[in-house]
Amino acid sequence: MNTLLIVFAKEMLESLRDRRTLLTTLLLGPVFMPVMFSFMTHTIIKQVMDGADEKVTIAAINADVAPNLRDHLATHGVTLRAFAGDEAAARAAVATGTEKLVLEIPQEHAQRIAAGEAAPLRLYYDSSNRDKRGQVDRVESLLREWNQRIAVQRLVLRGVDPRVLSPIPLQQIDVSTPAGRSVVLLGMLSFFLVISMFASGISVAIDGTAGERERGSLEALLTLPVRREVLLGGKLMATAAMMTIALLLTTTGLTVALSRIGLEQLGMSANLGPATAFLMAAILLPLVPVGAGLLTLVASFARSIREAQAWVGIAQLLPTMPLAFVSMLNPTASPLLMCVPSLSQHLLIMKLLRAEALAPLDVALSVGSSLLMAALLISVAMRLYRRESLLG
Amino acid sequence: MIEARGLSKRFGTVSALRELSFCAADSRITGLLGPNGAGKSTTLRILQTLISADAGTALIDGHSTLADPLAARSRIGVLPHSAAIYAGLTARENITYFGRLCGLSRAAAAARATTLIDQLDIGDIADRRAKGFSQGQRLKTALARAMVHEPRNLMLDEPTNGLDVPSVRMLRTLLGQLRDAGHCILFSSHVMHEVASLCDDIVVIASGRVVATGTPEALLTQTGAADLEDAFVQLTSDSRSAA
Repeated sequence: MNTLLIVFAKEMLESLRDRRTLLTTLLLGPVFMPVMFSFMTHTIIKQVMDGADEKVTIAAINADVAPNLRDHLATHGVTLRAFAGDEAAARAAVATGTEKLVLEIPQEHAQRIAAGEAAPLRLYYDSSNRDKRGQVDRVESLLREWNQRIAVQRLVLRGVDPRVLSPIPLQQIDVSTPAGRSVVLLGMLSFFLVISMFASGISVAIDGTAGERERGSLEALLTLPVRREVLLGGKLMATAAMMTIALLLTTTGLTVALSRIGLEQLGMSANLGPATAFLMAAILLPLVPVGAGLLTLVASFARSIREAQAWVGIAQLLPTMPLAFVSMLNPTASPLLMCVPSLSQHLLIMKLLRAEALAPLDVALSVGSSLLMAALLISVAMRLYRRESLLG
Repeated sequence: MIEARGLSKRFGTVSALRELSFCAADSRITGLLGPNGAGKSTTLRILQTLISADAGTALIDGHSTLADPLAARSRIGVLPHSAAIYAGLTARENITYFGRLCGLSRAAAAARATTLIDQLDIGDIADRRAKGFSQGQRLKTALARAMVHEPRNLMLDEPTNGLDVPSVRMLRTLLGQLRDAGHCILFSSHVMHEVASLCDDIVVIASGRVVATGTPEALLTQTGAADLEDAFVQLTSDSRSAA
């Protein structure tokens, strides 16, 4: 035990003196990740808000021939502005991006309305331009509403009950709670945490195994009266320690960042106080030995630092794969899924953020399966470390 | 005392060692001499418990490297070929780290490090990080590290590589002192004059076999050569033509 701690202390000392390791642990996790997360969240909020009640001005050909339509749009925050040019000019302006969208009102529009005929409008937009999508949808729905209103007027004029137009009215009732809505966004949270955690373990794991071999210091180390398992154990502990530090720092960073974003603007309330953040870190903790085992195993397998880096890069994707799976299929928590490390932690965190109670069985399965996986990975790494060809 | 008894080792289809036997006695400096690829490193690695022999036994003070590797390891100090030390640690930290791993208490390891730093005259670099050390500084640190637990047996793989003349002299004096104190010293080399000036006994190996053993004088007599270099060439080429 004592020897284990001596190896651990030396690996930690060397890592903490290494600027590269410190940067990934102290900067990437707690600073860069929250900044990136805030930026992404902010962008999403902005996109959603764009469609809502921001005042916009759009260009229109013959903007002044349809004063009623113009007033209708204006009451919903959309102002028309005259566009000088014909249909071709409108197409070109939208295609080149000088106009987001152009509404074409034919010259004879007013007369056609007055005569009770169909009075078509044209809307030019670029569907490949995603960030204008909100505005297009908004104008479109306002025009549809206007269409509906004219239709109702004409039916009333003809003595027909306008309700014949909507025989099956649909009312949509969104029952999601504010906490539930924010979960979609916060689903990325565990992804960021896992990435930051694994990234911090990489350089320690590689330095201790492939690095030590490539630099030639391993040979002398292995001639000491210490069992190889103990040496590897100390190195694993150092990797795990760096990952834990990163996990705690990143959780703190993300919690602080989230409290400043203002999710309330979206009608969301993040269920993310210090207590939740602490629980979130606790849920992810069993993933630390899995990561340390995986990284060390892969790094001991490689013949050189360069090779180790390549393999570790791939290994690092493994724990993020279940998260991609979740985003595609959106599965509900089941005992089977709770046995998949990384996935189970993600699902538990989602429940936590949704302010739902965590089932003791789920937690037990998540912790148990992760520790089992860690034990497996570590034992394989130990076996690799006992090989004769370890020295190359 | 270091003993190799009938060591054989194959790497795939290549026979690295073929029933290699020799004995390095206490209070003697034994040189393991051989051309490149003769099996010097493989022999040392087996003696250092890093790899196991396919056949034969290696004994360190009577402890089998295979049956009781930890006992064998606690009786050897090793200076590997690369003499690599931890660049992020100071010379002193490198030495105490190995001392602690060998079971010394914190105080004992620190005291031992101070003694060795004085003995090897590396006081000026003792508390500097090893990154940027010269080959000589690294070698002296690695040597101090190898001796931190005062092992009875010392194995050095080409120890004078990259050392300047004063350092070689210092090393020679140091090894002489250790021998006189009763240590068994085994080192490998292919530099003839070094072996001649340092060794009490020489084990010449070629193609994985011992082709001659004895004092430098005995080897000269045996081959009838005028100097050791001629004797070496004669001995190793004989074995090559025989193989």
